[in-house]
Amino acid sequence: MKQLLTGNEAAAEAAIQAGCRYYYGYPITPQNELINYMAIRMPQVGGTFIQAESEIAAINMVYGSAAAGGRAMTSSSSPGISLKQEAISYLAGSELPCVIVNIQRGGPGLGDISASQADYFQAVKGGGHGDYHLIVLAPSSVQEMADLVYDAFDLADKHRNPVMILGDAQIGQLMEPMEFSKKPREVFPLKDWALTGAEGRKRNVIKSFYPIKGQLEEFNAHLQKKYRTIREHEVRYEAINIHGADIVLVAYGTSARICKEVVKKSHQSEFKVGLIRPITLWPFPEQVIKTMSERVQCILTVEMSAGQMVEDVRLAVEGKCPVHFYGRTGGGVPTSLEIMRKIAEVVPSNLIDKVNRILPLVEVK
Amino acid sequence: MQSLYKKPKTLIDTPTHFCPGCGHGIVLRLIAEIIDAWNIRGRTIGLAPVGCAVLAYNYLDIDMCEAAHGRPPAVATGIKRVHPDHMVFAYQGDGDLAAIGTAEIIHAANRGENITFIFVNNAVYGMTNGQMAPTTLLGQKTITTPSGREPLNYGHPIRICELLAVLDGSSYLERVSISSPENIRKTKKALEKGFKTQREKKGFSLIEILSPCPIYWRMDANESMRYIDEEMTRTFPLGVVKDWEHKN
Amino acid sequence: MTEKIILAGFGGQGMMLLGKLLAQTAMIEGKYVTFFPSYGTEVRGGTAVYHLIISNEEIFSPLIEIADTLIIMNQPSYQKFKGMLKPEGLLIVNSSMVKVDSSVKSKVYKVPATELASKLGNVLVSNIIILGAYLAIRKLFSADHIMKQLREMLKNKKRELFTTNKQALESGIKVIKSLK
Ligand SMILES: Cc1ncc(C[n+]2csc(CCOP(=O)(O)OP(=O)(O)O)c2C)c(N)n1
Ligand code: SF4
Ligand SMILES: [Mg+2]
Repeated sequence: MKQLLTGNEAAAEAAIQAGCRYYYGYPITPQNELINYMAIRMPQVGGTFIQAESEIAAINMVYGSAAAGGRAMTSSSSPGISLKQEAISYLAGSELPCVIVNIQRGGPGLGDISASQADYFQAVKGGGHGDYHLIVLAPSSVQEMADLVYDAFDLADKHRNPVMILGDAQIGQLMEPMEFSKKPREVFPLKDWALTGAEGRKRNVIKSFYPIKGQLEEFNAHLQKKYRTIREHEVRYEAINIHGADIVLVAYGTSARICKEVVKKSHQSEFKVGLIRPITLWPFPEQVIKTMSERVQCILTVEMSAGQMVEDVRLAVEGKCPVHFYGRTGGGVPTSLEIMRKIAEVVPSNLIDKVNRILPLVEVK
Repeated sequence: MQSLYKKPKTLIDTPTHFCPGCGHGIVLRLIAEIIDAWNIRGRTIGLAPVGCAVLAYNYLDIDMCEAAHGRPPAVATGIKRVHPDHMVFAYQGDGDLAAIGTAEIIHAANRGENITFIFVNNAVYGMTNGQMAPTTLLGQKTITTPSGREPLNYGHPIRICELLAVLDGSSYLERVSISSPENIRKTKKALEKGFKTQREKKGFSLIEILSPCPIYWRMDANESMRYIDEEMTRTFPLGVVKDWEHKN
Repeated sequence: MTEKIILAGFGGQGMMLLGKLLAQTAMIEGKYVTFFPSYGTEVRGGTAVYHLIISNEEIFSPLIEIADTLIIMNQPSYQKFKGMLKPEGLLIVNSSMVKVDSSVKSKVYKVPATELASKLGNVLVSNIIILGAYLAIRKLFSADHIMKQLREMLKNKKRELFTTNKQALESGIKVIKSLK
């Protein structure tokens, strides 16, 4: 049955459906609907809800519950996610599965509470110290928010790795019809590494400290091998109209929704716009972007930031075609008209005429 | 004509963003009055919290600094070390001071930082839409304690003045309220005493002010004032908790 | 069909409920719908604004740049959002609190919602009166369908509240019908 929920509520309920029974959070706009929902819902399913004294405490409670074998989650928005970085590095270093939701807002500093995608670097490049990666999933609708949060718990367990959901103020607060189509999880993978008491077995220790020379390098090699496996198997993206496209847009989350509008309007003209929408930001869908770059005239990356993901697009393209960028910051959300104007600005001169013919189609009426 | 009531010079003439019946405006006005009366505008530096009073720097015409949520005691320490003879105060809410910033306030007190802390206790997180605060009363309903705060799951209300009193570094701690004109006058006295503590280099002072948040208490302004007198003060008794001038 | 509506008023004027009722009904009737609260900064007071889009086609951006309809409950919202209405758009105002000036060229419906709500004994239903007016003008959904949703939303509340809301909806519809 369809329901009208905010992205924040959908994320919370999806976590419950995925068997998450330990939620620790701290209020911050624009993710308040999530913690508020959990305050009511967790007790109903016999789970644990704690409003922690800070984001630092909340993520370390997650660390504890994950170490003890529970499915645990925390959520916050940009400034709070910054505070969690130390523990996130520990979670990665101790290979603990958990889910962290970041409903991004404008930064740096206290910034504002409107939608932003400026935490991309922090999410995919390792916001804390050390050589580690989170699996980063970027929903672009309320439905996808629910689906990805549900999957995030499975991915986390499968790879013993923290997973981040990278949303933004718009996805978090937007209400759209959605449906919980997946079965509530009742059976979970065995966690023989978890802290359950050493009754009848060798003891388990959860740690990231490797003081003996050589051990840490060996452990890092193990982590890198795991990350290679994730890169090989977990890439997700949506590709629309990229075959025969004159230009391909690359965008995720909220920006991608708007790019889709441009793609759709271009159907009505002879100028073809395609879209690649990364769903996993790490691992990044570099292969499809690389292959596509050999066939198109140019690429335009659209973000609500000063240009972050565009760096990964350029790395994937390896100079095979020009990669342009259009971004808005500080709460600005790109419009389809702005994107079209940018396209007109960057396409090679032989395509200008075609582009000019589609410009009127995106004028807001 | 003699004027009996006017806007303090230090209070900027602009509409505030506070809800009707909110206590923050009253406290900010008292601060402005003292700065005027003591003529210390040029030697005062204030810290704004992250909370409903985040825009305090739009209302007080003095040098002011923003700090990350809960960190004013640390930032104020840094400022005071550069300007030891200036009046430095931090304005903080209960979430800011008694939840995320607990470590900072305890250690500022423990170091005996010669700074004045103005702690506005409204028993709720105003800015983020009414979640539980560390000072939320037992039984009080908030968004995150939908059936009322009960200690087993949500802990007890924290009495900050009493908590800091056991530290040798704290010098002056008093709890006041703004529930009536008389109590507002007492609050002003307490704020003056806090500034005096600092001026005479007696160390750490904190004035805890019980203040209404009608919006998230879901009451009107009058009921809120009554709630302070009849309910809040039972958990948070008013009075001096520690005073360097009257050691017993 | 795509209808882009901006709803704005004071925090307590129930724009959220109004929008949710329309959105919920649209969803049940199989339409695409997005409903987005657009806050200003992280501060209290002031106006609450919602962007509601109902369409037969997939909705991309939930943000409205140019609205087909403006539903305005108070003067500050009127000043702030009147410029976002398209020239031939529809403006419905709570005329108990909004004075419309000559700068607006589109079709204007003035509904004294606060007054009518007080007459019904509950100022809080001014939003439902406005909703009634909207339904009578745009005829997107039947009043019955809306009432069904309202009944669902108020199922844990007192019965009288539902009755007052029903009267409010009818009174809003009546205001428009009496104009015709
Ligand atoms: C690191 C971080 N976490 C959370 C927030 C969100 N936040 C803003 S104000 C606030 C608490 C407000 O409560 P309080 O300190 O009691 O002040 P009040 O609004 O009640 O005056 C929170 C949690 C933030 N801005 N930064
Ligand atoms: S929410 Fe509460 S504390 Fe914040 S401005 Fe309103 S009344 Fe004051
Ligand atoms: Mg507070």
